[in-house]
Amino acid sequence: MALCREPVARPTRLNLDSVNPPASPIVSFRSVSYHFGRNDIICNLSFDVEAGETLVLLGRSGTGKTTVLKLVNGLLLPSEGAVLVEGTPTTAWDPIRLRRRIGYVIQEAGLFPHLTVAENVGLVPRLEGRPQQDILRRVAGLLTQVELPPAEFAHRYPKELSGGQRQRIGVARALAADPPLLLFDEPFGALDPITRLELQRQFLALRRDLGKTAIFVTHDVREALLLATRVGLMHRGRLEILTTPSEFLRARGEEVRAFLACLDA
Amino acid sequence: MQSGLMSELLELTLEHVGLVAMAMAIATATAIPAGILLTRREALRRWVLGFANVMQTVPSLALFGFLIPLPFVGGIGKHTAILALVLYALLPILQNTLTGILGVDRAVRESAIAMGMTGRQLLWLVELPLAARTILAGVRVATVITIGTATIAAAIGGGGLGVFIFRGLASVDTTQILAGAAPAALIALAADKGLSWVEQKFWPG
Repeated sequence: MALCREPVARPTRLNLDSVNPPASPIVSFRSVSYHFGRNDIICNLSFDVEAGETLVLLGRSGTGKTTVLKLVNGLLLPSEGAVLVEGTPTTAWDPIRLRRRIGYVIQEAGLFPHLTVAENVGLVPRLEGRPQQDILRRVAGLLTQVELPPAEFAHRYPKELSGGQRQRIGVARALAADPPLLLFDEPFGALDPITRLELQRQFLALRRDLGKTAIFVTHDVREALLLATRVGLMHRGRLEILTTPSEFLRARGEEVRAFLACLDA
Repeated sequence: MQSGLMSELLELTLEHVGLVAMAMAIATATAIPAGILLTRREALRRWVLGFANVMQTVPSLALFGFLIPLPFVGGIGKHTAILALVLYALLPILQNTLTGILGVDRAVRESAIAMGMTGRQLLWLVELPLAARTILAGVRVATVITIGTATIAAAIGGGGLGVFIFRGLASVDTTQILAGAAPAALIALAADKGLSWVEQKFWPG
């Protein structure tokens, strides 16, 4: 499949500020393509993420959403074009420094099973060589922030937690080094609907309190509309549309309608 | 005569344990780093595992025999015996090191890298702790095999409990055969139990 060379059937509507980016976006994709073997995963993608916003990338499975996140923290490098983080291309960043400035939360949290909750959350500060006392204080603060009392949870192992609790720990761990940017890869996908709603509310509260910039990947249109300051709909490696949630509800196009139909179901 | 047998039994048992300990030390010090390297070099993996597999399939008596005419490493005596034992012990340790490290959950590995761990931190903080139990199981299997195989070392002048067995075979003396075989079996059992205990103690699961 050579998706990039396929003609684009539908008109692509982009938000104006992604065409004329303001001064200093945190993340900037400039005509980025990513090929894997002979497959084009990402095609000529351009957009900016401004400080403080939550960009939600919505799309079906296999549309390149996760690839976009991996291009941001340098787990993958673009085949063409450039991904700029804080103005510097990911190819020019020291990958270790870059990743320690970016929190990453994935489905099932990816917690280390051989470490306690406190050790998991304190890992990046530990790698950074922060003093033990600071780490302990930071961990206690973060656990309180994600509503898991440290006295009760700090010394448990991940297998002793519920899915929702694990995911909270994943969020706390991503926040530990106080990174300016957070990446979320379907973090709540495997949770039951009630727990998911709780965590979505907590996400909004944390955003209000911390004002972090986030890129959030999901296939759940409700989640996208609830959490996003802007929604980007991905389809076959391209951005179909990038706009505010309220504009998204009024947008046209086959893929947009397919997703909006999920709201009525 | 009886006390002569006892003191010889003690001497040969110690010699046997010495052979096994030396062989296991070399095999472990070689196979674990080699296994770690192989998790990073997929192209090499097939060749090295192939070599270790072939070594395992050569009948042990024949392997000892093959080593005798080799210059430097070969000849008659302990060092040849130890070399043969090392070649046998490599595969289980190598295999389990690979299985243990490659078996680390993809999500765990990926989040470690995404958190900004260096290759060395990934290895020491994540991969080795999670693979430790499997690696140790490989060492345990290799130890038990080596204790048994080491009885053949006597055939090339390596000493150990095999001396009793070969002497007993030559003189059709069941007591002598048992004097070699029974202690070897007991040592193997003890090693197995001891290493299982360490596994359980440090990596319960």
